[in-house]
Amino acid sequence: MANHSFMLAAPASTLSQAPTAGEVSSDRFFRALAAVAAVFILLLVAYVVWKIGGRAAPAIQRFHIGFLTSSDWNVQTEKFGALPAIWGTLYSSLIALIVGGFFGLMVAIFLTQDFLPKKLAFVFRLIVEMLAAIPSVVFGLWGIFVVIPFIRPAADWLNAHLGWLPFFSSSLSGPGLLPAAIVLAIMILPTIAAISQDALNSVPYRTKEAAYGMGATHWEVILRVMVPTAAGGIFSAMVLGFGRALGETMALAMLIGNSNQVSLSLFAPAETLAALLASHFPEAGEVELQALMYAALVLLAITLIVNVAGIGLLTLTQRRITGKA
Amino acid sequence: METIVQKIDLVRCYAIAAALALILPSGPAFADSLRLVGSGASFPFPIYSAWFKDFSKKNGVTVDYQAKGSGAGIKDFINKTVDFAASDAAMKDEEIAQVEQGVVLIPITAGEIVLAYNIPGVNAGLKLPRDVYPDIFAGKITKWNDPRIQSANPDAKLPDLPITVVRRSDSSGTTFVFTKHLSAISPTFKQEIGSGTTVEWPKTDKNVGAPKNDGVTATIKQTPGAIGYIEYGYAKLTKTPVAELQNKDGKYVEPSSESGAATLAAAKLGPDLRGWIEDPAGADAYPIASFTWLLFYREQDAKKAEVLRNFVEYASTEGQKIADKMGYIPLPDGVVEKVKAASAEIK
Repeated sequence: MANHSFMLAAPASTLSQAPTAGEVSSDRFFRALAAVAAVFILLLVAYVVWKIGGRAAPAIQRFHIGFLTSSDWNVQTEKFGALPAIWGTLYSSLIALIVGGFFGLMVAIFLTQDFLPKKLAFVFRLIVEMLAAIPSVVFGLWGIFVVIPFIRPAADWLNAHLGWLPFFSSSLSGPGLLPAAIVLAIMILPTIAAISQDALNSVPYRTKEAAYGMGATHWEVILRVMVPTAAGGIFSAMVLGFGRALGETMALAMLIGNSNQVSLSLFAPAETLAALLASHFPEAGEVELQALMYAALVLLAITLIVNVAGIGLLTLTQRRITGKA
Repeated sequence: METIVQKIDLVRCYAIAAALALILPSGPAFADSLRLVGSGASFPFPIYSAWFKDFSKKNGVTVDYQAKGSGAGIKDFINKTVDFAASDAAMKDEEIAQVEQGVVLIPITAGEIVLAYNIPGVNAGLKLPRDVYPDIFAGKITKWNDPRIQSANPDAKLPDLPITVVRRSDSSGTTFVFTKHLSAISPTFKQEIGSGTTVEWPKTDKNVGAPKNDGVTATIKQTPGAIGYIEYGYAKLTKTPVAELQNKDGKYVEPSSESGAATLAAAKLGPDLRGWIEDPAGADAYPIASFTWLLFYREQDAKKAEVLRNFVEYASTEGQKIADKMGYIPLPDGVVEKVKAASAEIK
């Protein structure tokens, strides 16, 4: 048994041993712990939905589905509707996703596809990720004091010359959809950039070498090979970014203008579900509280649908690219 | 900046409070170290925090005050999660009925609500007639060079600029007092918008909401053509121009501690020290002002009651000295007497 040279060759003596009682029990313990934690999270989600649903139940009975299509929010007459907030949430998040998604992907390509020396790329990556550490309130203030004055001349010009387009049909008052969406885009950019970089980095180096070997140019490699191969990861980056944009509260409450109207205009004040909750919750009376819970439930449902749809699309695109079932 | 972070991030506050509630033992365990917890109105928050700081230092007690809004303060008070609360709208009868220990309402300071504006080229002295400013907020007057504004300001160069109304997006005592006043002087406003801590404002692109007094102030400062209602202290602090308003006697009065004092002199407080000043008479009275109240339990822990009585004593005498500097109106002497008498009820 005690063959010295053999022991040296394979010092991991436990490999050949049956697991000890301690190892078995610790393994079981960790399994149980992981299972409990997983179940706990599921229960927590179920509990949150159940609790909010319970609080929202009176409002659901009272306003039915009309809550989703009405645009009143009147505490005096107790008429509540979330259409402007739902519209504003989706509209602002979509613009943020288009802008933030484009720039996020560009940043990811720039930092991973040999445009910069490795060390410099690392520094840039840190700087982009630092954006994620800025508190929402600071983004809100920055939006008020920097973004709005900055876009005002352009907004005025667009309104004056292209005002017949519904997107530019109102003049910018200050807070409004566009400043909110721009700040949102910046807030989701680090998420999209970071996950897209990981996706691009995880494409095997051989794939790239093969593409170069076939005579492809740098840009052909990036756009025809790298990005499609990493599409799954890039797509989930977009979904996560969109999810973050939907739920973002504080900066939006400060920038969106909190006006209950449905408008295509980029410069009009609007409302989002999260901002509505944040600004009305602290002082809401009984009926308004139920309506707010209903709105919270709607926000939860939208987020859920976006995530499920995102995962569904992700598997679809991956199947197409990898050819696997 | 500190107050913005503190006051705006309510949701986060709740999350932290909820987390703490899970971790920490409940309130009574702290009673011995005499830590007083209060919550409520954000309108008097600047002066309250100055008072609490000073009072705590002198008396060796800790006072934690969360400016989460009058409605939230009343809610906490009814649920007994605080030792005292503060409200710009005092308390309604049905709310008082829900507190079985009884309630002592103390008007402790008062403030004016001003119309701050941002008109390029007009940096001071804008006069707004009594029939004009309700119509601006009802969305009926939409341009700064409207003849009705121009005729009251013959010398001012009013630009051809749309009026952007900036109002509170959260529900607030400031909105309550302001809309109550507008409803009192304008039947149209009363009928179309009404009064309350939140109201349904006209749905136009030129009516935007911002959170809290600081949010409204910042938005006004950043938006050419904006007008909005804020607490006088915030306008004073940020040096934002404010309008002179025409009062019941037809005089234009600018907000100041003197015109505020004239307004308070017109106020009639009931035996429970509640009372509204919807449309004060008097040539020097500024039209929009309101008391703000502290709410105490009538019967409570003797030790806490003593400290709270001392606090009322401090705030109604020494505390009033800093009121003017901070943009609030010192209480009239008659009210101070009543406050002292009422504070003896906190037992």
